[in-house]
Amino acid sequence: MTQSEIPALPLADLNARGFSISRRGLAVGAAALILPNRLYAQTAPASASPADSAIVVDRARIDPIPIAIPVFAGGDSVAQRMGNDIAGVITNNLARSGLFRTIDPAAFIGQDTNDVPNFANWKGIGAQALVTGKVDSQGGNKLRVEFRLWDVLPGQQIQGTAYSADSTNWRRIAHIISDVIYERLLGEKGYFDTRVCYIAGSGPRDRRVKRLAIMDQDGENNRFLTDGTWIAKTPRFHPSQDKVAFMSYANNRPRVYMYDLDTQRQSVLGDFSGMTLSPRFAPDGNSVVMAQTTPGGNADIYTVDLASRRSHQLTNSGSIDVSPCYSPDGTQIVFNSDRGGDQQLYVMGADGSNPRRISFGNGRYGTPVWSPRGDLIAYTRLFESTFAIGVMRPDGSGERILSESFYVEGPTFAPNGRVIMFWRETPARDNRGTGFSARLVSIDITGFNERQIPTPTDASEPAWGPLLA
Amino acid sequence: MNVKILGAFAAVALLAACSDNTAKTSGSGATATGSGIVPGSQEDLVANVGDRVFYDFNKSGLKTDGKATLDRQAAWLAKYAQNNVQVAGNCDERGTEEYNIALGQRRAAAARDYLVAKGVASTRVTTISYGKDRPTALGSNEAAWAQNRNAITSVR
Repeated sequence: MTQSEIPALPLADLNARGFSISRRGLAVGAAALILPNRLYAQTAPASASPADSAIVVDRARIDPIPIAIPVFAGGDSVAQRMGNDIAGVITNNLARSGLFRTIDPAAFIGQDTNDVPNFANWKGIGAQALVTGKVDSQGGNKLRVEFRLWDVLPGQQIQGTAYSADSTNWRRIAHIISDVIYERLLGEKGYFDTRVCYIAGSGPRDRRVKRLAIMDQDGENNRFLTDGTWIAKTPRFHPSQDKVAFMSYANNRPRVYMYDLDTQRQSVLGDFSGMTLSPRFAPDGNSVVMAQTTPGGNADIYTVDLASRRSHQLTNSGSIDVSPCYSPDGTQIVFNSDRGGDQQLYVMGADGSNPRRISFGNGRYGTPVWSPRGDLIAYTRLFESTFAIGVMRPDGSGERILSESFYVEGPTFAPNGRVIMFWRETPARDNRGTGFSARLVSIDITGFNERQIPTPTDASEPAWGPLLA
Repeated sequence: MNVKILGAFAAVALLAACSDNTAKTSGSGATATGSGIVPGSQEDLVANVGDRVFYDFNKSGLKTDGKATLDRQAAWLAKYAQNNVQVAGNCDERGTEEYNIALGQRRAAAARDYLVAKGVASTRVTTISYGKDRPTALGSNEAAWAQNRNAITSVR
């Protein structure tokens, strides 16, 4: 796929401080300097400072940006269909984020026939931002998609980019455009051009088939990676390569494996006599931290170097130490241990030094995962008869429950740290297991905008991958 | 291959459900009575010895009736010295996946250690944990969860 900036169109009403299109490419970090203030959604920063966490929650609910996304124009019928589909994917992405209000196309006035939109019509329906685009078939399977993002009130082009790619990549183009819109209007990176690995469940509860599966973050392009012969569990994305670490019961020897998404080959990770589980990659991608069970029925935490496959033991507490996860700077590890009697969260140095308990609320705590921003740890909490997904600061303060029900587990952060995905189970209604289901859910870290992710089967144990582009 | 293994699991589960009543009425240690059960077989273990022990919520300590079951298993294994077994630890659905895998392993290890202490050679007993992936009872209620907190012995 290639991309190129397209210049701002000559606009009759362009005012004196109008800017020409950025030529720095997509990674424009200074959007806040360029855009008029009114274009920002009044969202809280994902990294709440201690004093204002209560305000964060309130502010996050108001003022999503009203944005109009008409169908992208197409030169022929194929391009027209694709233009329709691309606009649909962008609309779905932005609407699901909860930070944009996508205006119903039924409200649109007239149709822009020129490259320059009729801003009065868009102002008239309350749009603050407008996305326009064109799709051209370029022979063979090639496609050129041009898009422009407009600030409606002053009638300015904020961004213009053209993408050339195989037509089979049309969804990725739509996700990349969504990320550009998100970043230009909100001032932080998006998370739409990403994939999610998860465990697909099917069949009766006592003979459950659990397959490794992967899909786009919006649930599309679903693929099953393993055939279900053996139980697959706990997938985790490599931070930069097309690899996934997961647990497989292959040959009834439960071990952590590496799965290569390109070659579709898997290989056992490390040479352990005990069962290995709960892998997580180090932020530099060079090693994996995971747990090994001991003959006596405990579990210790180890690292395995991916190049040499040599292992190194980090804990030896005579208890169950599982679910380790690095801080994004790689200096610390949060994990789950019952060394104090029941399941709680602990943080230690990346070399295993100075473990200290950080969870002191009501109940037991598990599955800690460090935010990519470094400021929060998300977890599962079990208290009395309910499960909850929550976040706390790495020192254990500022605990906040985001979602609570009969069963929720396993938070995973979007690469920008703004959204968490987890899974929810609905209890069986009878002793045949009727009514049981497991579904993936996403939620804003403020605790609002909870959405189910469509999956073809039951789904659990999501792992959000890095941005592809 | 795996389909066959799964099928065996289902059969064990069904027989186990029957064995509760059998045990109550005929007492433990009864020999097979005209049911075609081969002595020393998995069916024999299930019907006449008891193939599983149960645990309290979030615990891995053996209870009195569990120890009695394991005593019978140890005697049965002494009698059928050609049999090796796998002890599979299981958990109810009221715990997180990864911790439950370790907890199931701890339950399996507790049962295995008891058998070894009663004279079964450690080389004859392997362990595995299925966490909460292989429940016996399919409901979402306390009765089902109590059944699913177990360690199940099966002939390998």
